[in-house]
Amino acid sequence: MSFMYKGVAVVGDRDSIYGFGSIGLSIFPVADAEEGAKTFRQLCKGEYAVIYITEALAAEIEDEIEKTAEAMYPAVILIPGVYGNTGRGLAEVRKSVEKAVGSDILFSGKD
Amino acid sequence: MASTTVNPTRMELTRLKKKLVTAKRGHKLLKDKRDELMRRFLELVKENMELRKKVENGLEEANRNFVLAKAVMREETLNTALLAPLQSLSVDVKSENVMSVEIPRFEYKTRAPGENDIYSYGFAFTSSDLDFAVKSLSDIFPDMLKLAEIEKSCQLMAAEIEKTRRRVNALEHVMIPETESNIKYITMKLDENERSTQVRLMKVKDMMIKEQIEAKRAAE
Repeated sequence: MSFMYKGVAVVGDRDSIYGFGSIGLSIFPVADAEEGAKTFRQLCKGEYAVIYITEALAAEIEDEIEKTAEAMYPAVILIPGVYGNTGRGLAEVRKSVEKAVGSDILFSGKD
Repeated sequence: MASTTVNPTRMELTRLKKKLVTAKRGHKLLKDKRDELMRRFLELVKENMELRKKVENGLEEANRNFVLAKAVMREETLNTALLAPLQSLSVDVKSENVMSVEIPRFEYKTRAPGENDIYSYGFAFTSSDLDFAVKSLSDIFPDMLKLAEIEKSCQLMAAEIEKTRRRVNALEHVMIPETESNIKYITMKLDENERSTQVRLMKVKDMMIKEQIEAKRAAE
């Protein structure tokens, strides 16, 4: 397990992700949630260590993302799309704090 | 809360005492593990927060640049420009063990070595906005990967902390008290048995003495 090369994938609506191709990531534009779920499942099967997914798509295929939480790979990371930041990414961090500590200690009081 | 299934025998008592020692030791170890995991987790999650804000800002910036580029260029030209990326990137995946949680470490490697290999197009037909957009995305990527590493670590650690905490609580509030009360029950039962045996013996002795005295009297 110590020496492995894997790729990095980006999933989301085309407008949000097409730029990532130029810096060497594999991009998978999807049109709707159904296609997104299918693509995402496919990506989870191998090859990719990190999957960046737009917040908009992530909101629609939450169940699929939940399934990847236990395993070390792939790391599914939410990124804001071109249509704006929904704050979902931060909410995910908040969720893991709540899971570990039992209550939201980091963010209460702030923002 | 002595359960009815426990046998009040010495063997059972020894077994339970051993179990209690193990449970207490396990409890202490797990508690230490939980505390250390928690400390690390809190450190990591703070970093996670900051990095996420940074990455989100960076991406927003990049997205803005891309929108600009798209505005000044024809869609076909843009698509053609980005159609065949020069750069290809792979991630070296390693894992690190933190308090028995395997957390990932990512190191990326690019196939094309040059700094300018991110521009997969000639500069003649594209707007300079596209260059800026691609550059801003490329600049933010190391942070994005770091974010992936840290955020995944946070998720894994949160899950482990939850599990450990549940175990600690189960030991502390169920296993240990139950074993203790069982031990108490057996000890009391055994003591009771001993007392009753003693009383019986004393009674028997009294009876025997009485018998002897009566026999002596009859003989005289």
